[in-house]
Amino acid sequence: MFDTTYHRAASVADAAETAAKADDAAYLSGGQTLLPTMKQRLASPSDLVDLSQIAEMQGISVAGDTVTIGAGTPHADVAGSTDVQNAIPALAALAGNIGDPAVRARGTLGGSIANNDPAADYPAACLGLNATIVTNTRELAAADFFEGLFETALEEGEIVTAVRFPVPSRAAYAKFPNPASRYAMAGVMVAQTGDGVRVAVTGAGNDGVFRHEAMEAALGTNWSADALADVSTDADDMLSDMHGSAEYRAHLVGVMAKRAVESA
Amino acid sequence: MTEGIGARVLRKEDKRFITGKGKYTDDIKMENQAYAAFVRSPHAHAKVTGINADAAKAMPGVEAVLTGPELVADEIGNIICGWAVSSKDGSPMNMGAWSALATDTVRYVGDAVAVVIADSIAEAEAAAEAVEVSYEELPVVVGSVKALADGAPQIHENAPNNMIFDWEIGEEAATDAALAGAAHVTKLDIVNNRLSPNAMEPRAAIATYDEAEEHYTLYTTSQNPHVARLVLSAFYNVAPENKLRVIAPDVGGGFGSKIYIYPEEIVCLWASMKTNRSVKWTSTRAEAFLTDAHGRDHVTTATMGFDAGGKIVGLKVDTKANLGAYMSLFSSATPTYLYATLLSGQYNIENVYCNVKAVYTNTVPVDAYRGAGRPEASYVMERLMETAAREMGMSPADLRLKNFITEFPHQTPVIMAYDSGDFAANQKQAMEAADYAGFEARREEAAKRGKLRGIGFSNYIEACGIAPSAAVGSLGAGVGLWESAEVRVNAVGTIEILTGSHSHGQGHETTFAQVVADRFDLPLDGISVVHGDTDKVQMGMGTYGSRSGAVGMSAIVKALDKVEAKVKKLAAHTLEASEDDIVIEGGAVKVAGTDKQMLWHEVGLAAYLAHNLPEGMEPGLKEGAFYDPTNFTFPAGCYICEVEVDPDTGTTEIVQFVASDDFGTIVNPMIVEGQVHGGIGQGIGQALLEGVVYDDAGQLLSGSYMDYTMPRASDLPSFSVHHQSTVCPGNPMGMKGCGEAGAIGSPPAVINAITDAIGNNDLSMPATPSKVWAAIQAANAATAAE
Repeated sequence: MFDTTYHRAASVADAAETAAKADDAAYLSGGQTLLPTMKQRLASPSDLVDLSQIAEMQGISVAGDTVTIGAGTPHADVAGSTDVQNAIPALAALAGNIGDPAVRARGTLGGSIANNDPAADYPAACLGLNATIVTNTRELAAADFFEGLFETALEEGEIVTAVRFPVPSRAAYAKFPNPASRYAMAGVMVAQTGDGVRVAVTGAGNDGVFRHEAMEAALGTNWSADALADVSTDADDMLSDMHGSAEYRAHLVGVMAKRAVESA
Repeated sequence: MTEGIGARVLRKEDKRFITGKGKYTDDIKMENQAYAAFVRSPHAHAKVTGINADAAKAMPGVEAVLTGPELVADEIGNIICGWAVSSKDGSPMNMGAWSALATDTVRYVGDAVAVVIADSIAEAEAAAEAVEVSYEELPVVVGSVKALADGAPQIHENAPNNMIFDWEIGEEAATDAALAGAAHVTKLDIVNNRLSPNAMEPRAAIATYDEAEEHYTLYTTSQNPHVARLVLSAFYNVAPENKLRVIAPDVGGGFGSKIYIYPEEIVCLWASMKTNRSVKWTSTRAEAFLTDAHGRDHVTTATMGFDAGGKIVGLKVDTKANLGAYMSLFSSATPTYLYATLLSGQYNIENVYCNVKAVYTNTVPVDAYRGAGRPEASYVMERLMETAAREMGMSPADLRLKNFITEFPHQTPVIMAYDSGDFAANQKQAMEAADYAGFEARREEAAKRGKLRGIGFSNYIEACGIAPSAAVGSLGAGVGLWESAEVRVNAVGTIEILTGSHSHGQGHETTFAQVVADRFDLPLDGISVVHGDTDKVQMGMGTYGSRSGAVGMSAIVKALDKVEAKVKKLAAHTLEASEDDIVIEGGAVKVAGTDKQMLWHEVGLAAYLAHNLPEGMEPGLKEGAFYDPTNFTFPAGCYICEVEVDPDTGTTEIVQFVASDDFGTIVNPMIVEGQVHGGIGQGIGQALLEGVVYDDAGQLLSGSYMDYTMPRASDLPSFSVHHQSTVCPGNPMGMKGCGEAGAIGSPPAVINAITDAIGNNDLSMPATPSKVWAAIQAANAATAAE
């Protein structure tokens, strides 16, 4: 690991200010991606600005039809929250199946979506549930936030502070994990929301998380697994690697979508 | 006797391991210690055209930057393969030069080019990145079949077409004739997937040079410290043996990968002399993936012929073995004498022929890994048997029954002379434990749940002990494969066993002590095992090939015989009785049928006081022995695996795994069961999960646990482990060996079960969900086309 200067930010404003003053700062949340990358000497930020102790980025609240989760909230807290379990059980279940217990204890919602790993689970939750991403400067619809592989709409220095999830009438997430990493090889969030049926797919697409419009149309007419029987997924749009071909991932998207609908 | 042979004694060594008090190489800290960081090739094949270390040498904390030419100038020898295997035309194997630091060419990604010695790991790593190496890239070849093809890139000048040797065993013409006359022929193309060893503790070394004494001390993660010292001294020219002490302290797993002497240990020793500092190196997990010797990697075509009644008439096997970029210490023996000699399996086969071409590629060297050649052999045999049974419409159990060897000793056509076994008894026990008779009902029930259920057998046999020395010597081994032991009874009656075996997870501190406790009817507490230090233990060949029981314990037994004789003679003298009337029991040495006795510690004391010894007896009570076996031992067994496959995703769940093993005499059933559990876990890992993947440019794609799938508890069922033993006639305790059997026997059982479930034999390891799903699609397409 290269030398770096650690800062514990007391507030969101403090964090942004500290980062702005540094040569090449990185925000540290749960550190589940950044720290291994630094240990392998593949990242060398001059300064680490730790967001994990910022009170205003912590916690879960439910108000009316909206669940708001602080960006610094660890996955285990989301999974274990009775508020989330009652309001959006699919979201609690998703959080409880990320990585392993150590990852869930440290990894955070904000860290996950700011990194936007194409196989991470939370991007499918945000996109599938039509969440609003709150930052220190603005609010974005999830659809405007995720921009391909590891790319987001975040500007230099911008911090995700919270995510607001509208409560769907029903939703479920089904994931086929990569046997080695346990990231998603195909993870599908299906939801009936105020905005209609949404289907978001992670882990499979070659441009990151995406909405599956053909499935949304089919489920919009007939909310059942059978409705997906004739909906195909184009293998040309899928990732292919040593763990599975594009054809296999395209197939898995269909299987996971059906399983999600059946369990919603 | 509750702690002797056969007792389920808890492991004496576990207190320190599970309380974090184990002492591993990386725990050892020396005064004036510096750290080594290696500059490694990012290319799979390239000329090294220049190294500029000026900037690195000027960096903070840097003691030295050392390169290959300096190593050669100091006459450090090339790394060698210690087992000479000749081609079928009699020509010697083509061993390419392997310098611990590359001199002019790098041949795999990770090949060491230079080393930085610095005050801290961080400074060493930073400086290593600052060493500028100029490369001229060369064409790359990764797979053994491509490497043998005309026009393939040439990796070593002295190995045309990258061929290391073209070896054969058995009678080709007779086998061809038998196959030509067969009523049924089963032919399979088989790939035995390449594996990364993944010991929990990565390799490590810390070397210290004593300038005044011109003496070196090396702590390192070795399965065989005496062999390491011998090789470092005799071949790598680091120091004479009397000036080199090698210590393998607690070692966290080896699986074969810590048999060999790698570049890093050699360089640490040499650098400690160059810098006059202790030099320490601990592999990162990323380095372990890149540089630990890999296992397996065979590409095989196998043909088995049967007569009309299902009797095997012949077996012909053609194997291309990828040995990587250089020949590692025992790399030549693994795909030849540890592989093809097991190609008679448990079966009476008159004609067996095998041709093995060993091949250089631009990948990390390949050598023995848990099972070493024998998993590859059992995979060939047992996939063939199961496939043939299906093709001939026979039950896989009946086909095997029809062909089992039933009389011993049995000379196979491929060197081995099996000494004992009851293969039908193991199969019967496994079938009963698995409720084989109820399988079809379970398959139907699973089908109602939308699952494909299948069952598969594997009737493995393997060879342990690798012996006798004269025999392996005649086959090319550069070492003798005996073992030594010394039993020291102290003046207070406690006992130390000094053994040349090395425990890196096997539990020797418990089982070896049990053998002594059993012999003298003493509590385990007073018996200790000393191993892993060339200054303490007389000599030894180490632990690999499941040899520590059959060979290591046999040496202890020989030493115990001598101790017992002396104890009886001394007691008879003191108690004024005949030696024939002396019995040792209950912590005392007694005259049978009388109340005359000496307590055990009184005998020890008498031996060391030497005030009243029999005429001519030397003082002391300490005896040593070397044991050289008369034959290999032949553990065997029957494994049955039952799976359910989800046809929608291709996911395999192992719903049942039954093992019936014949290990001969068992000292500690709990430890043996643990060995079987671990071995089966690794075998299931190979069958379902693990696989090393290089891309065409020779870059390692499976270079971390994000991509290399290790078995997790949730991937494994609760194993049903049974024993049905025959006694090995070849050694004093009747032991056969249990360390590798699980890994040897299990992969074919798993694949046979999956192929049974999905109705498609064309499935390669690791049978990932992706591959199983594709095989189901292919089977469905074939059915639809009919």
